[in-house]
Amino acid sequence: MSSRLSHGGRFTNPSKRLEFRFNGKRLQGVEGDTLASALLANGQMLVGRSFKYHRPRGIVASGPEEPNALVNLGAGARFEPNQRATTTELFDGLVARSQNHWPSLEFDVGVINARLSRFLPAGFYYKMFIHPRPLWKHLYEPFIRQSAGLGQAPKEPDADGYEHLYAHVDVLVVGGGIAGLQAALAAGRAGAEVLLIEQSPHWGGRAPVDGVMIDGEEAGDWVNDALQALGKMTNVTLRDRCMGAGIYDHGYVLCYERLTDHDPDAEGPRHRLWRVRTGRVVTATGAIERPLSFAGNDLPGVMLASAVRDYIVNYGVSPGDRTVLVTNNDDAYRTALAVHEAGLTVSGIVDARAAPEGPLVQAAQEAGIAIHAGRAVAKVKGMRRVTGVALSAQAGEGAVLAEIPCDVVAMSGGWSPVVHLWSHAGGKLIWDDASAAFRPDAARAPTGADGAGFVIASGCANGAFEASAVLADAFEAGARAAAEVGATGDPGKAATAEAPEEEPLQPVWMMPEGASAALRRKAWLDYQNDVKVSDVELAAREGFESVEHTKRYTTLGMATDQGKLSNINGLAVLSQALGEDIPNVGTTTFRPPYTPISMGAIGGEARGELFQPLRRTPIHGWHEAHGAHWEPVGHWRRPYCFPRDGESVADAVTREIRQTRDSLGLLDASTLGKILVQGPDAGRFLDMLYTNMMSSLKPGRCRYGLMCSENGFLIDDGVVARLSDDAFLCHTTTGGADRIHGHMEEWLQTEWWDWKVWTVNLTEQYAQIAVVGPNARKALEKLGGMDVSAEALSFMGWAEGELGGIPARVFRISFSGELSFEIAVPAGRGLEFWERLLEAGAEFGVMPYGTEALHVMRAEKGFIMIGDETDGTVIPQDLGLHWAISKKKDDFLGKRAQERSHMTDPARWRLVGLETVDGSVLPDGAYAVAEGLNATGQRNVQGRVTSTYYSPTLDRGIAMGLVLNGPDRIGEVIAFPTIGGAPVAARIVNPVFYDPDGEKQNV
Amino acid sequence: MSEVTVSEAGPRGMVTIRGDLGEIGRIVAGIAGTAVPATGRVESAGARAFAWMSPDEALLMLPPDELAEVLGALNAALAEHHALAVDVSDARVIFRLNGPGWRDVLARLTPADLRPAAFGAGVFRRTRLAQVAAAFWLPEAQVAELLCFRSVGDYVRDLLENAAAAGPIGPRPD
Repeated sequence: MSSRLSHGGRFTNPSKRLEFRFNGKRLQGVEGDTLASALLANGQMLVGRSFKYHRPRGIVASGPEEPNALVNLGAGARFEPNQRATTTELFDGLVARSQNHWPSLEFDVGVINARLSRFLPAGFYYKMFIHPRPLWKHLYEPFIRQSAGLGQAPKEPDADGYEHLYAHVDVLVVGGGIAGLQAALAAGRAGAEVLLIEQSPHWGGRAPVDGVMIDGEEAGDWVNDALQALGKMTNVTLRDRCMGAGIYDHGYVLCYERLTDHDPDAEGPRHRLWRVRTGRVVTATGAIERPLSFAGNDLPGVMLASAVRDYIVNYGVSPGDRTVLVTNNDDAYRTALAVHEAGLTVSGIVDARAAPEGPLVQAAQEAGIAIHAGRAVAKVKGMRRVTGVALSAQAGEGAVLAEIPCDVVAMSGGWSPVVHLWSHAGGKLIWDDASAAFRPDAARAPTGADGAGFVIASGCANGAFEASAVLADAFEAGARAAAEVGATGDPGKAATAEAPEEEPLQPVWMMPEGASAALRRKAWLDYQNDVKVSDVELAAREGFESVEHTKRYTTLGMATDQGKLSNINGLAVLSQALGEDIPNVGTTTFRPPYTPISMGAIGGEARGELFQPLRRTPIHGWHEAHGAHWEPVGHWRRPYCFPRDGESVADAVTREIRQTRDSLGLLDASTLGKILVQGPDAGRFLDMLYTNMMSSLKPGRCRYGLMCSENGFLIDDGVVARLSDDAFLCHTTTGGADRIHGHMEEWLQTEWWDWKVWTVNLTEQYAQIAVVGPNARKALEKLGGMDVSAEALSFMGWAEGELGGIPARVFRISFSGELSFEIAVPAGRGLEFWERLLEAGAEFGVMPYGTEALHVMRAEKGFIMIGDETDGTVIPQDLGLHWAISKKKDDFLGKRAQERSHMTDPARWRLVGLETVDGSVLPDGAYAVAEGLNATGQRNVQGRVTSTYYSPTLDRGIAMGLVLNGPDRIGEVIAFPTIGGAPVAARIVNPVFYDPDGEKQNV
Repeated sequence: MSEVTVSEAGPRGMVTIRGDLGEIGRIVAGIAGTAVPATGRVESAGARAFAWMSPDEALLMLPPDELAEVLGALNAALAEHHALAVDVSDARVIFRLNGPGWRDVLARLTPADLRPAAFGAGVFRRTRLAQVAAAFWLPEAQVAELLCFRSVGDYVRDLLENAAAAGPIGPRPD
């Protein structure tokens, strides 16, 4: 049983007790514990079940590399799955549940998979479920989804807040161990602006645990001195609980700061995502210890050697009374010594090397610990947890020579530098034979815009493992980073360390070396995804030579820990199976984030009201107060209609149309684009942009125009008003305002850069209100200030003046077929003007109308709508808009494209009106069918509906559509099949349903 | 708890000027009564400010009651040049951040470099705040002014208030 020791614990304060719950059980920890150390202190070695075989799993590590101890943390609106117990700081009232078990952690039905594990090898799902095809969707996939996944999904909206923070620094140092501190000291002294971050709440990394002496004092004291020195530097910022998550191009780095995870009731955001731009990054990210691959290495009680001494030294927790250490290197002997010093029993050291004899080995011998050199763990004994180990020769197949009873197996296969951040933005690795690890290749660093490397690896993360080498390397990295960003100060000098010399390790990728198939099937590589040595070997046999393919086939390293413990061992096994050298097999790709970061942090402030900017017109608040039924249009929200008490949306639309056609309606048209085009070449420019002639327009007049892309397709439409000889105001669609302004600027800046034209997007300068209906003029006359008579302001004219004392530009244009004025006033006075119009129009029963009434009224008049009648494949000729295409102009955008053979094909579908024979409303987007089948066996079609509405004016369904030879087939009836109903018959008619002669608008 | 207040600045006259600033900069500056701003900078004199927006665009800010006269003078003086001056006073809203924590508020929202060496008095920074375009400058000590389009004024106010409520980034908590 693991338990709390009566002494020790660098991080813990035994006098402050904290209560927490695990699977409903009330347990106690102490201040400074992680959830993992607290669980161990309570004897809770079993913390979860594995993903595939539901094997019992215990805590393996003491840091972010932990694959097993994942819990569902919190409850309700603070529930979060897959939280690592090793990096979760304990707080009073913490609630955690273990994952992936049913019905309980101790008794799990899914464990049956483990009995079947011989029949569930790598690729099993691919092979098993591929046939018969239809069963995948309906049977296999739902079943597999049911059984997949570790944690549960949260059900409530997150109660916490999050934020982003942009920071710009000269040098970012990632990692607050002695390397990071030394690098920051050097860069800070040299005068660079430095941000130093440490993922855990503790500075100093492993050195204090490992008993290193630095500059003649204990590492922990040196760390405190370094922190004090850094704290005094105004150019250095220190952040703990802040992880370097990812390095991207151009010195962009994401850091993930956990502000209140350890104190959930604290004020302020829970996580902060730092978006850092830095000149240089120094990665001082340390190294991760590798497990050894022996049979039963996944049983609870088998832990990394470094984790065993971390729990003893840092947390005052004993992982178990009797420990067997199994290693291939000297460093792990520190664990044996720590266990021994804590008064616990080291039942033996199993060293794969034939004759270990370094100072650390000697120290263990002197402590009276039995060392079994040249030996291996053949297998771990025990069912739900370790009860002992069986020893064999490392050289053999695993014939058992002896058995040692124990509670803990501390394993060490050497250390792998944390090269993740180095690799994110393209840094390359080299294989280091001496440490049997990949380390950064300084000659192939991630490069910035100037071609120079912008990431410098240092310390253990750079493959410098011995403490003095760590400090020298980190000093060099910090000084170099500062110099490269132009800091000229004196970086000082590197600290020096004393630590026992270490002998070379012996690479061990399988234990024992020639382990039998039965042993290999029980030797785990990836604990979280249940991938074993035998699975990788099977993949190799089946032809998966690429490490990337093997990863996907076996799922090695694809779990939430992204293979921090398993990747190097896995690719070593693969290389052996392929008979290749490890560097030739290579690593899989390291992708950000280093460990999972919260979705909340990624979203930052963008949630709730701030999820997306909502554009509001000056009259938006009035609409809101008057019950607008909204429709999103781009980032705007426009009233679809204004339902009154108890009124349906459809009834409201009908009412608004009738009122407008009979008397007076108001539309907030402020969202329409308004682009000022000015200069001596403005007319020439617009002649190129629009299909019609704009240069011939007279000041004071308006003209409807069409814009096409270079490929001839209609992209926008709107009314152009000539303001003066050299100035035009171009109205665009709501969605087109920014796009068309950009389109104009692109042509001006790239093709016609010598034309004298300026453009300004004035969309937001004006509120624009359409005053529509037979009483529109009367209402404006009541406001007074301008002559809006038919004589003074004729159809398609505009005038400037004041209406009711408000500066106004009045455009006499109509999109509804009624007498209509569109009036632009300064946006700041838009609401005032709107209210004045409501007042003046009261005697005419004035009503605001929404976008749906607008759409129906324009359709009754046969006016096209960009986005309804057009879809990027429609040219103006398809829509019968030949009248708006100038024949006189030499050129305009789209002209040549419209002369291509396909564009002039008489078989192109063309615009017509459609009237259902029974008066019903056609379904939107419905296709008209023709005789026969096409080459792929589908029914031939001859047209489709582009707009369809109930017309209150005509009291019947009306529609527009594109139909083969449509305009030549007026009167013909065609059929539109519907989904799940009878086909609807519709007659082809002229698209202008209402007032074809324009008598209503021209009064 | 916040050391920054967010407020909407009162109405401001604003004129967008387009043209080759090398050619017309001095004419505009003469009328505005300021110097010609260099790239990325703003020159102010009293309540008037002349800001660089792009190589061929500038923004003049002035009290609203001076707008008509200045715009008239600009149009007259620029008539002989290929240039444009137009009233955009209603197209934008201006917010003020007042207090020593303004940098912490902005740093939550803009990718712009706010370090004193990159952003101090006299700099006019066009950038974005979260998801919308914006520009800001420092008209007074401990005051930042931000311009954004009118339609997203509510969004920007909410952003600023939210960021200000989160308090100072502060030194490392121990």
